[in-house]
Amino acid sequence: MIGVGNEYRRDDGIGPALIAALEDRWLPGVSLIRSDGEPVRLIEDWAGASLAVVVDAVLCEPSSPGEIHQTEVCLQQPDGTKALGTHSHSAGSHSLGIPDALRLARALDRLPHRLIVYAVEAADTSLGTELSAPVAAALPTLTEAVVQILRK
Amino acid sequence: MSHRARQLQVSSLARVEGEGALHIKVRDGEVERAELRIYEPPRFFEALLRGRRYTEPPDITARICGICPVAYQTSACTAIEDACGVRIGGPIGDLRRLLYCGEWISSHTLHIYLLHAPDFLGYPDAVALATAHRDLVERGLALKKAGNAILELVGGRAIHPVNVRVGGFYSAPGRDQLDRLAAQLRPALDAAIATVRWVAGFDFPQLELDHEFLAVHHPARYAIEGGTTLRRSAGPAFSVDAFGNHVVEEQVKHSTALHARLDGRPYLTGPLARYTLNHEHLSPLARELAAEAGLGDECRNPFRSIVVRAVETVYAVEEALRLIDEYEPPEPPHEVVPARDGVGHGVSEAPRGLLYHRYGIGADGLVRSATIVPPTSQNQAAIEDDLRRLVAANLDLADEPLTGLCERAIRNYDPCISCSTHFLELTMERQ
Repeated sequence: MIGVGNEYRRDDGIGPALIAALEDRWLPGVSLIRSDGEPVRLIEDWAGASLAVVVDAVLCEPSSPGEIHQTEVCLQQPDGTKALGTHSHSAGSHSLGIPDALRLARALDRLPHRLIVYAVEAADTSLGTELSAPVAAALPTLTEAVVQILRK
Repeated sequence: MSHRARQLQVSSLARVEGEGALHIKVRDGEVERAELRIYEPPRFFEALLRGRRYTEPPDITARICGICPVAYQTSACTAIEDACGVRIGGPIGDLRRLLYCGEWISSHTLHIYLLHAPDFLGYPDAVALATAHRDLVERGLALKKAGNAILELVGGRAIHPVNVRVGGFYSAPGRDQLDRLAAQLRPALDAAIATVRWVAGFDFPQLELDHEFLAVHHPARYAIEGGTTLRRSAGPAFSVDAFGNHVVEEQVKHSTALHARLDGRPYLTGPLARYTLNHEHLSPLARELAAEAGLGDECRNPFRSIVVRAVETVYAVEEALRLIDEYEPPEPPHEVVPARDGVGHGVSEAPRGLLYHRYGIGADGLVRSATIVPPTSQNQAAIEDDLRRLVAANLDLADEPLTGLCERAIRNYDPCISCSTHFLELTMERQ
């Protein structure tokens, strides 16, 4: 379970906030990982896992803050990662994002067996440690959805 | 082909850290303007440090950059310790150097394999390179992982380490932990050596710079985590506290990053400067590999910076192994640094170049003033000068290859735009 984001950029902190919420739950065999989304580290984190769940914030237009998008990435097809788009505008390092990490992982044969991505629409990614109201309100729903998947 | 009126535009430069743009204007075959436009919003770190406790800048400034947080932590600690009249050496100093070696290995390897090498081999990005040469990228990732292992053990975690404090560290790793780290680093040395031989075989476009070089210098070793003076290629060395007398930052209209000049002229810090000014302090193995790779007493071709980075990576792995071998856990892992009224200066060699911090501290232990001069803002004027020359020498190229060449020239410097702002897009206008 990988929570991607920066907890000092408000809604971008949804990933780490979810990891914090999961720490009190009974999830045997699950590694909870906070990540800045750096592709090499993502690849190391999910390589060989039977299931990887990645949660990150997204900026959408038009925007409906707090809305949760769930995608199971089809890893069997070479172009299965297109569901995430070929272009990413991550706040992360050197212009590589999760889609790039997936393409690189495929080239290196380091994909997990299953990959589910939750993207939560952000309202505010300015400096600060608090989630905006719509994103904070989405956290319990997101937590329960993820717990369900991880316990299966 | 007429060059009277042409315009090129790249909306966002790839494979650089942060966001920015490049604007080039050519009129009647003359390069009228070459501007590296950095429009990443200013982050006001220097202002938000004022009024904070003198123990806080290492953790706050580490947040300036996810690639080189150790550089920020180290320069900040050194400057604050200097203001308080404390000099850190011995085992704590060695542990700082070990941590910094981890950042060099990790950052240099990321740049060499994932950002820079695709340019030389004709691939659009690292994914295409990995598809064609999986074994090469695997080697790069293993090397990077060795650097991260140092950061995780000594720094507490790989991004924004949490174990660094003014005076040293919160806790020091045990002997057995470092022995396990050494076992991971030994194969990394082979990977690092193979990396030098690999990049030495690339084709390098001709470009020789005449900018002055500036680097931290240490009389006994290749300067990484600190040094005693600032060495320059065209003048006598000066002391760290004289940095502000020689380096002046100015605002330019097209960039949110300040431009720095050394005694009024553009200059360069980073791998080329370090190698040229300090190569006598590299290890025998690193010097031998440098010679084998065709580096002489100086390196003035920015495209060859990839070779220098590879040589420095070998050196950093060797240094890490040496430091681990000689390691005695410092007890306690930090020195007491009582606050006092004063001003302190700190320099270190971030992977991209010289990073200077200056703090004024009050007797109450609050930060009164803070100045941070990162490598990319020091290098910006020199990068623009390179671009001007590169475009002038290649005006016969069509827009697309010329744009590509400009982007490559920028990546030579591994610019960290997030650090320098205080974001890249390319516009080319030919009239």
